[in-house]
Amino acid sequence: MKAKIYVTLKEGILDPQGRAVQQSLQTLGFPAVEDVRIGKFLEVDIVETEQAAAEAQVRSMCEKLLANPVIENYRYELTEVSLPK
Amino acid sequence: MNIGIVVFPGSNCDRDCAYVASDVIGQSAQFIWHQETSLGEMDAIILPGGFSYGDYLRTGAIAHLSPIMDAVKAFAKQGGLVLGICNGFQILLESGLLPGAMLRNRGLSFRCEEVYVRVENAETPFTNQCHPGQVLKIPIAHAEGNYYTDPVTLSSLQANAQVIFRYCDADGQSTGPSNPNGSLDHIAGIRNAAGNVLGMMPHPERCAERALNNTDGFLVFQSMVASLKTQARLTAR
Amino acid sequence: MKHDNKPSTTESLSKALIHQHGLSDEEYQAILAHLGREPNLTELGVFSVMWSEHCSYKSSRIHLKRFPTEGPRVVQGPGENAGAVDIGDGLAAVFKMESHNHPSFIEPFQGAATGVGGILRDIFTMGARPIALLDSLRFGELDHAKNRHLLQGVVSGISFYGNCIGVPTVGGEITFNDIYSKNPLVNVFCLGIVEKDRLLKGLAQGEGNLVLYIGAKTGRDGIHGATMASDSFDDASEKKRPNVQVGDPFLEKLLLEACLEFLEQDLLIGIQDMGAAGLTSSSCEMAARSGTGIELDVALVPRRESGMTPYEILLSESQERMLLVAKPGKQDAVLAICHKWGIDAAVVGKVTNDGLLRIKDGTQTVAEIPAKALAEEGPRYDRPAAPPSYQDSLQSLNLDMLPDVKNPDEVLIALLGSPTIASKAWVFRQYDYMVGTNTVVCPGSDAAVVRLKGTQKSLAITTDGNSRYCLLNPHMGGSLAVAEAARNLVCSGAEPIGVTDCLNFGNPERPDIMWQFVMAVEGIADACRALNIPVVSGNVSFYNETNGLSIYPTPILGMVGLIDAPEHITTQWFKQAGDHILLLGQTNEDLGGSEYLKVIHAREQGIIPWLDLEVEQRLHRCLLELIRQGWIQSAHDCSEGGLLVTLAECCITSPLAPLGAQITIPPHRIRLDGVLFGESPSRAVISVKPEHLDAVREAIVQAGVPLTDLGRVTSSSFDVTIQQAAPVSPICFSLPGSHLADIWKHSLAKQLDGDE
Repeated sequence: MKAKIYVTLKEGILDPQGRAVQQSLQTLGFPAVEDVRIGKFLEVDIVETEQAAAEAQVRSMCEKLLANPVIENYRYELTEVSLPK
Repeated sequence: MNIGIVVFPGSNCDRDCAYVASDVIGQSAQFIWHQETSLGEMDAIILPGGFSYGDYLRTGAIAHLSPIMDAVKAFAKQGGLVLGICNGFQILLESGLLPGAMLRNRGLSFRCEEVYVRVENAETPFTNQCHPGQVLKIPIAHAEGNYYTDPVTLSSLQANAQVIFRYCDADGQSTGPSNPNGSLDHIAGIRNAAGNVLGMMPHPERCAERALNNTDGFLVFQSMVASLKTQARLTAR
Repeated sequence: MKHDNKPSTTESLSKALIHQHGLSDEEYQAILAHLGREPNLTELGVFSVMWSEHCSYKSSRIHLKRFPTEGPRVVQGPGENAGAVDIGDGLAAVFKMESHNHPSFIEPFQGAATGVGGILRDIFTMGARPIALLDSLRFGELDHAKNRHLLQGVVSGISFYGNCIGVPTVGGEITFNDIYSKNPLVNVFCLGIVEKDRLLKGLAQGEGNLVLYIGAKTGRDGIHGATMASDSFDDASEKKRPNVQVGDPFLEKLLLEACLEFLEQDLLIGIQDMGAAGLTSSSCEMAARSGTGIELDVALVPRRESGMTPYEILLSESQERMLLVAKPGKQDAVLAICHKWGIDAAVVGKVTNDGLLRIKDGTQTVAEIPAKALAEEGPRYDRPAAPPSYQDSLQSLNLDMLPDVKNPDEVLIALLGSPTIASKAWVFRQYDYMVGTNTVVCPGSDAAVVRLKGTQKSLAITTDGNSRYCLLNPHMGGSLAVAEAARNLVCSGAEPIGVTDCLNFGNPERPDIMWQFVMAVEGIADACRALNIPVVSGNVSFYNETNGLSIYPTPILGMVGLIDAPEHITTQWFKQAGDHILLLGQTNEDLGGSEYLKVIHAREQGIIPWLDLEVEQRLHRCLLELIRQGWIQSAHDCSEGGLLVTLAECCITSPLAPLGAQITIPPHRIRLDGVLFGESPSRAVISVKPEHLDAVREAIVQAGVPLTDLGRVTSSSFDVTIQQAAPVSPICFSLPGSHLADIWKHSLAKQLDGDE
């Protein structure tokens, strides 16, 4: 399975990078840009065919390492792929 | 006394801390590799600054999973002194030994400069040689020192006198410009509820000698030694 | 072992393919002579990079012989990964400077970052622990967004790499001129310390000894980077982005610690960084230096991408890789250290005695070339050199056409706020300049000073180069750069002991550029010889040219000086109100090529100052004597911006609160702007406690150095009285020190952030 994991800053937490990009976009001529939030995107290949088992692993790895629950949220998508042997 | 300095891959202030521990305050300093599972006979532990695991993923995130961290947690639980400086502070946050998290500096870029911090609590093992409200000049060098925690945790830090250092100006006033990174409540250093674990972003090991034109950081190490001596006397009795 | 499967040369290489590889017809003929046959494509690629200007120094080598490279302190001169000088206490200082100009223009962040990574590897492959980095940078003026972008990218890249690996960036310099808009310069200097008798070299001795590859896996990055650095730019160059390598400072930190452990356990015969031209250059250079051969199997090289050909593996410039030869039986110990640090490592070949670089892909031999043909017997050119037709007009400037200065205070403010003179704090506060806890004098004085723990000694380090001077008179400009660098060190209390250089020039195939190069090299060599400062390492960067427009000739010097005792460490800023201010040296009407003419009159013309090397040396001896006697409080080289800027800097550059001064300029016979803003060399401003004044005066007079009393240090305002020949009344002005400090401190940040 391939897990696509999105780690984002929690709502309400100041994102200075996002703010800098937002300001830059506005000066570039996109006045409609109201907010930008920057996060991380991870692709994780897992040798696991069971959807539920893969999901349990992904959740566990997010909680243990990939996201910091104090400041970050995570979500993920699982897709089936054939991994090269 | 024995001061253990944990070396993670990418630690780069480990040798500086060892130099202060041995050559400046005259104690025995030992490096402890992150793959070890035991600290040995140590009286205090320093998690030094640097870029453990290149700061990849999040500062301190990968280091806090190192085998040695279980031993550090056990040591802290028994009341052992643990000082985390800069990246060491970030590792303490990730490991849950201290509450909160670090965000990127308000100004986005890395900042290396001398800043002023006010000693908010002078009755700790790390500040007992300072007087309350004393202003220390200590350098910072980080890109992610913008401390954040939720309002409930912040109130409890404040209520329990766990905020040890706040950024301020030379006169001891905490203002917008005196806060170099946007840190919540101007926080530069906090301790745990039990009081034996301190995390701080400024680098006391960089200003503990006259040769470096600044000795304010010496007070932190001197306080640790004084505290350990008192502890030893109490135990002996 | 038999080598009967000779590399196949089935298809004849087309002329177009040969030219694509940047090889001339004559060079191709020379390849045929070396091989006794036609090369195959892999071999052609190998020759192409090794014979590129970047790797072979084919246009510069005959001229570089002019440099004095020997001296009682020299432990290692040019030709190794870096040079080394003896600093006593059984230690050697290892240092080198290198350019990363072309990659930094294409991708400023990664270009600068990998520049830092490369120079660091040059130092720690010598077995030395790097303790200081400095950067000499040149950009176009900051009113163009593109130049701001390049500066921001380069500074972030240096910050990213240097901070992470934990080697402090303690100094350097930055100047701005639109000539660098399309060819910014990024020159990185690194210094390390090693026990003198444990210096490691890039050697491959002992037939049968194993060759190991350690570090990052090989990818397709930077293939033909060396050839790129040997070509001029055009507008399409920005599309060359895929050629630029990506740096991993974390991995490099692990490599650094692992290499120092190899040294500690004495496991190696030799070691070399895989820099430009990667695996190819490291292997053939190690073999050529040792008079041996090396056989490599590319199938054993750790790879990051699939389907890589031997050609790609040999020419890849993936970063953070090293090639080493283990002592017999020590390979397992090497591999164990790599394992401890989590570094990929593999045995990829062995040392042979046939003088050949033999490349195999499994059992198939894919290339076989005499190592010396690649590393040492490449082409050498004595290219035609002639001064450009415009040289005379550059030098002719009728000063009478320019009005003399009326309001010196306004000029002073304009100069202090000009980006070349203004504080660079915006830049260096992004660098960790304190890690290592050796930085005794932080960025912002004439030179950075790092102490050597466990000894009484410190090293002062500076980088210097004035390209406008070199444009107007490359020979004198080269000498002036040496003199200024040495003066910076002396003002810091150090005796200069060695220099490295980075020679940045345009296209050497043009006679005018070659003339600039030859003249500048001569000028540098003359001054180094006169001041007894050996050149121990260096780097040449040609083809800094875009759409036919070359940069100004820009030789940059990285100079190192030794301070024997901590109390001799001296900084440029005034220390205490009441101290006396003295000017050492003679002020002439030296306005040609000055910063004043550029900023105020928009001219980059004229006759540049004349340097008398004997006078310069006398000043150095005198200053060092005063410092060692403990008689002076501060010493500041008087150069860019002239006397008035120097005095203002003495007041405002202190890390503590600014001081003031009460200055009286005595009557003068030359133009007033010449007195205040001219850049006569061999001058320094010192401050002296009242109780030492008599002794200091006497020593200066004894030394035969011209002396001018300028006034006293005060607590706040900068008051200047300029006496005029009677009956003209004096010009007086008074500026608050804090006002000057504000302008100087915030000018750069204002241009770059638009606030602060």
